[in-house]
Amino acid sequence: MISIAIFGFGAVGQGVAEVLLRKRKQLESLIGKYKVVAVTDSKGSVVDENGVELSKAIEKKKKGGFDGEKTLGVIESLDFDVAIEVTPTDVNSGEPGLTHILKSIEKGADVITSNKGPLVVAFKKIKKLAEKKGVKLGYEATVGGVMPIIKLAKADLAGNDIKVIKGVLNGTCNYILTRMEKEKMTYSQVLSEAQELKIAEADPSYDVEGIDSAAKLVILANAVMDMDAIFDDVEVVGITRITPEAFEVAANKNYTIRLIAEANKEKGFLKVSPRLLPRNHPLAIEGTMNAALIKTDLAGDIVVMGKGAGKYETASAIISDLVEFYRKR
Amino acid sequence: MPIISVVVELLDKPGQLLSTLEPISRGGGNILTIIHQRDKITPLKRVPVEISFSVEDERDAKRIVEKLKEKGVIVKSYNEIRLIATTSVMVIGHIVKTDLSDTISRIDSTGFAEVIDMELTMPEVNRPSTAMLTISATGQEKLEEALDILREVCKSKNLLLVEPINEV
Ligand SMILES: NC(=O)c1ccc[n+]([C@@H]2O[C@H](COP(=O)([O-])OP(=O)(O)OC[C@H]3O[C@@H](n4cnc5c(N)ncnc54)[C@H](OP(=O)(O)O)[C@@H]3O)[C@@H](O)[C@H]2O)c1
Repeated sequence: MISIAIFGFGAVGQGVAEVLLRKRKQLESLIGKYKVVAVTDSKGSVVDENGVELSKAIEKKKKGGFDGEKTLGVIESLDFDVAIEVTPTDVNSGEPGLTHILKSIEKGADVITSNKGPLVVAFKKIKKLAEKKGVKLGYEATVGGVMPIIKLAKADLAGNDIKVIKGVLNGTCNYILTRMEKEKMTYSQVLSEAQELKIAEADPSYDVEGIDSAAKLVILANAVMDMDAIFDDVEVVGITRITPEAFEVAANKNYTIRLIAEANKEKGFLKVSPRLLPRNHPLAIEGTMNAALIKTDLAGDIVVMGKGAGKYETASAIISDLVEFYRKR
Repeated sequence: MPIISVVVELLDKPGQLLSTLEPISRGGGNILTIIHQRDKITPLKRVPVEISFSVEDERDAKRIVEKLKEKGVIVKSYNEIRLIATTSVMVIGHIVKTDLSDTISRIDSTGFAEVIDMELTMPEVNRPSTAMLTISATGQEKLEEALDILREVCKSKNLLLVEPINEV
């Protein structure tokens, strides 16, 4: 029986819970029996060693919040095999996720996360501790949502040197740029539209200034390119200065514009910036999609593409890590 | 398309330049840059002007130079510049206010790279304008060097430089 603890019960945490509930049969045929022994939010938790009733926990969260023991107390007092860490991202401190992850690993639990903060701030430290404790670390959901880039690089491209990754890693920016191009609207017009559609946050700076893309780039550089990168290594330029005319001028030369995150091991740089792309370039994708072009020494160029965010999309990436960890052989 | 550079000596009088440019355009030349070398004024008070233009064919260039000579223009030098690496970049911001011709001449004055084409859109005053520059250089490395210069210039003038994805 696999005991799962879910830390953070927002969109992603609840998405994971719903999937664990709805697809129990299919998942148990892959990994065997499981139970969720704790779910927590910023104020408290629901804990049951015999398995929390997830539908009730979701109900309770919808009506208000949890009370009782907070996440740190739960980590200390409860036994679990795997922590699913899905609290908010803070790329400066990594908290609260960083402490949750380190404490869970200390206890000998495997960790799966969609939270970029801890990995951006302390990738090496987390990885070392996980190795020392002999636990697994899954973070497919931190980069590109469902786009299966980390496992692709680690498993399917094993033995390759990844020389360059260029990607569209932020769906919000890609949506805004695509709409500006198609509708000839200004940046601020499209931004309000995106905010209304909940594609952009009320404070959009994290996305539009390129910070989110840079965080994902740092994770990729560390995880699959061995670049030993920190956030400050990334040169970051966002999309806020792109003019509507820019697309017309670019189109005359058969170009379009996208926010591209590039980790270049050959030339040794990390950069997020708007770039000109030939319109038929594989990264010239539209809407909220994410895509990445991976340049390898043996396999040549590979392109992956997928939905960049969303409750179930992100849950899917987390579940894929879970299945990878516990798949019955 | 070969790119040709000629240096002609003109009297510092109105109409001189036009009468030189006309045979070039007529002969199928596409004018790229015109640089007055006022610092190299001759004892006879002539101003050397370097004109670069692209032509379909090297033979067109020869014909154009013949034509210029026939019209009495003093052609000091005539070269084909071998620009083999080309890229397009976009610049967004207060391009004109921050001295566009200076931005371009920082590239052109390298001797190994040139802005061979430019499309500029200026919306209302005070709104940022957008320009697409096509830069050619004598080789891939030189093109990279030219881009480095442009990156610096854009940084110091607070212009947004949008580079192509297939970095040179
Ligand atoms: N949404 C996506 O599409 C997506 C995609 C990829 C990655 N991610 C990442 O996944 C993570 C979760 O995203 P989300 O959209 O689910 O965020 P969210 O809806 O804001 O949910 C965050 C949850 O974490 C809880 N929380 C905050 N501080 C906590 C603490 N100290 N201890 C325990 N729980 C705490 C919040 O509690 P309250 O409910 O009490 O506020 C909330 O339940 C983020 O790091 C995000 O960057 C999200």
